[in-house]
Amino acid sequence: MAAHLSSGRVNLTALREAGRRELREFLDKCAGSKAIVWDEYLTGPFGLIAQYSLLKEHEVEKMFTLKPGRLPQADVKNIIFFVRPRLELMDIITDNVLREDRGRSPQRDFHILFVPRRSLLCEQWLKEQGVLGSFIHREQYSLDLIPFDGDLLSMESESAFKECYLESDQTTLYHAAKGLMTLQALYGTIPQIFGKGECARHVANMMIRMKREFPGSQNSIFPVFDTLLLLDRNVDLLTPLATQLTYEGLIDEIYGIQNTYVKLPPEKFAPKKQGEGGKDLPTEPKKLQLNSAEELYAEIRDKNFNAVGSVLSKKAKIISAAFEERHHAKTVGEIKQFVSQLPHMQAARSSLANHTSIAELIKDITTSEDFFDNLTVEQEFMSGIDTDKVNNYIEDCIAQKHPLIKILRLVCLQSVCNSGLKQKVLDYYKREILQTYGYEHILTLNNLEKAGLLKPQTSSRNNYPTIRKTLRLWMDDVNEQNPNDISYVYSGYAPLSVRLAQLLARPGWRSIEEVLKMLPGPHFEERQQLPTGLQKKRQHGENRVTLVFFLGGVTYAEIAALRFLSQMEDGGTEYVIATTKLINGTTWIKSLMEKLEPAPF
Amino acid sequence: WQDYSNDWSPKDTVRRMQRGKVCSLERFRSLQDKLVLLDEAVAGHDGNVITAVLIFLKRTLRREILFRELEVRQVALCHLIHFLRETGEQKLLLDLLRFLDKTEELALSQYREHLNIQDVEKRKEFLKSCIGLPFSAEDTSHIQDHYTLLERQIIIEANDRHLETAGQSEIFRKYPRKALILNKPLVTTLFYCCFYHYREPEGTFSSPDNLKKTFKIPDKQYVLTALAARAKLRAWDDVDALFTTKNWLGYTKKKAPIGFHRVVEILQRNSAPVQVLQEYVRLVEDVETRLNLATKYKCHDVVIETYRDIKDRVQLTAYKCKVERGSAEEEKINSILSN
Repeated sequence: MAAHLSSGRVNLTALREAGRRELREFLDKCAGSKAIVWDEYLTGPFGLIAQYSLLKEHEVEKMFTLKPGRLPQADVKNIIFFVRPRLELMDIITDNVLREDRGRSPQRDFHILFVPRRSLLCEQWLKEQGVLGSFIHREQYSLDLIPFDGDLLSMESESAFKECYLESDQTTLYHAAKGLMTLQALYGTIPQIFGKGECARHVANMMIRMKREFPGSQNSIFPVFDTLLLLDRNVDLLTPLATQLTYEGLIDEIYGIQNTYVKLPPEKFAPKKQGEGGKDLPTEPKKLQLNSAEELYAEIRDKNFNAVGSVLSKKAKIISAAFEERHHAKTVGEIKQFVSQLPHMQAARSSLANHTSIAELIKDITTSEDFFDNLTVEQEFMSGIDTDKVNNYIEDCIAQKHPLIKILRLVCLQSVCNSGLKQKVLDYYKREILQTYGYEHILTLNNLEKAGLLKPQTSSRNNYPTIRKTLRLWMDDVNEQNPNDISYVYSGYAPLSVRLAQLLARPGWRSIEEVLKMLPGPHFEERQQLPTGLQKKRQHGENRVTLVFFLGGVTYAEIAALRFLSQMEDGGTEYVIATTKLINGTTWIKSLMEKLEPAPF
Repeated sequence: WQDYSNDWSPKDTVRRMQRGKVCSLERFRSLQDKLVLLDEAVAGHDGNVITAVLIFLKRTLRREILFRELEVRQVALCHLIHFLRETGEQKLLLDLLRFLDKTEELALSQYREHLNIQDVEKRKEFLKSCIGLPFSAEDTSHIQDHYTLLERQIIIEANDRHLETAGQSEIFRKYPRKALILNKPLVTTLFYCCFYHYREPEGTFSSPDNLKKTFKIPDKQYVLTALAARAKLRAWDDVDALFTTKNWLGYTKKKAPIGFHRVVEILQRNSAPVQVLQEYVRLVEDVETRLNLATKYKCHDVVIETYRDIKDRVQLTAYKCKVERGSAEEEKINSILSN
């Protein structure tokens, strides 16, 4: 099942194995039959490490979702809570524990597994509620970096951006550093660290300090990674705001990909069986897993959506032809060979059917007038047109009460592309938004300002055009079918973050000193000592391996752009991507919105 | 597990805590020691340890001293603020913000609390108390508006509830309300008033005119909202009046702060009859848009007139097949073509 993890330059199966080992050890510690009470948020990420079968091997007989009230019956010896260290969850646990019938026999033992770390605050809270003593084993499961694919790792920490950039809380950065230490323990010390941004600086400092203070971490593993590039999300606030135009990017924008799974409207996936009239359409959404283990998906996921259609029709012809082969098979040997290929061909056909349906669903959206109008405005802003006045389309959308997040994405995009809006323009937008969606959104607007996404112009200089020109962010002649530049992922706009990675590899950041100064935060380079004998001697023609760590989130489009660079003929570098969270503009802005209570009426 | 030794220095204590050992901090009595403890914890980056030290300092230091020391320790300060938010210690948080002169953040933190107040009267009073807080000038006016709006909504809600139950008002009988008007945004409230209280004199709280003046709603927004409401009620005369102005000679003409194509859109969405739709399609300035809309919604007269005005005989002839044989429209086309 680890096909998707071993497909890349770095075999991430080892990371998952390490995660499984730690989990097994903990489960065995709580000897006997067990039931796990899950913090729902964790089930997705855990699913990428271990399936239920593994848990069953360690006597996990039942699984429940964490909720208030009395725990379900279940005749097990141990009840283990798998939770994030959050106070509101501690309240629920307290409720569960207090309602446990102490008179029942046999009594059940309680344990807690904090993911990814124990929290003093939480344990204090439990102590104050009088239940801390009820737990026998209180441990942490340091699930920091979870392998999503052969070249992709994520911490799935959804509040990371808010904590790092709004609240100056370095907890997530600490976890990132810890995750990197785990990676280095498995894949060797990374000799070179580059970074841009305040948070990048903190993480690098933490790594260096951790290495110093835990000398046992010096190992003799041959380094797999040549370079680590730490990037603050706020160095490039623009990219996540724009609508992604790769196949995978669009799936995420429209339907949302969670832990490599997507839920789709079921109508298009109803099996068409002959002679079955009047069958009810399924009502449950169709759930699909999307990763590189699926050949076709690996081929089309990073392409610009406009290039997907031709791949699908070519594939359809190939598969048809393959099935036709059965008419040509004459000898027993040929027939046997055909039959042995059958499962593979059937899988390919089913995969093609799924993605054809998905592509149709996406096309319905991308060919709509609204999508076109929205994209037009985005591209105008990104190419620097009319970013200094109130935009008619945005005004119209507010007047028609389009979803607030859509509006926020657009006004933030305008603000970023203008290095802040003129006070008059900003006040105008704010007033319209508050009058249409409610005054309580002052809190959200304030958060956006703090994050640098929607703010007044501070100096009279708009740096964006210089940055855009120097880094070649807007490319007029984009080839969506056979791209020659990363700008294909947004049909014209090259993600700033990926451009920085690209230029770091070649010719190096010295060439863009001036522009780097215009972007927030320090940029730096650190070297980590490798034990003698482990200095990497690269073979001629062998690529460097760079781990790019996005602190605050990364989009699928940026991942596609980095993969494009990896595949370039004489690129010289292959990339592995790590992040605090996989995001798109919508989920990102949502994480910055104040949690408003549901209206009382 | 508990550490009872008296020998560990603040620095070493922090080390031990980072390794997961539970350490008692009680013996650190001097301010000096406490501050070293804090600085070491911060340098170590471990959130748990920082929290533990802050809890200890919060308990054993006088407030002013704690605040003063945190003022010059950004990371620890942010950590404490986050901690106070998480544990809901609102009062201490506000005191801290006040001390730091983080006036705007203080104001917003306070304002945020209104979301936890369900009772509308209490919420209204709370919002009133927020008005004097140190918001920016712009935000102050928004908070003021928020209060004023809720105040009005409470009055309107009470009145309309009364009208509904009395059963005498026709509009409430015909179009029963699906939700309360409390806590709704301003524009939604305006729509509501344009729907249920359109012709009320300016003096009442539920008069749309009153709303417009009180909240300085721009013309564009007002017209759009009123149009949507009146169109829903199929009150075409009201729609007409919205766009009709008398100039100084007493002549009426139609104008709109929004494009007439938008007016057409909204009317069409509310299934306006073709005669009404036609009026406004005719007023669309851009010829191409006008033709598109007229053709789309079968406003034959407008199509014909437009082709005539731009002198397009070819298209006009072609359009004949779109109208009914022997109809007035066909005759019109023929008479134009024959000059």
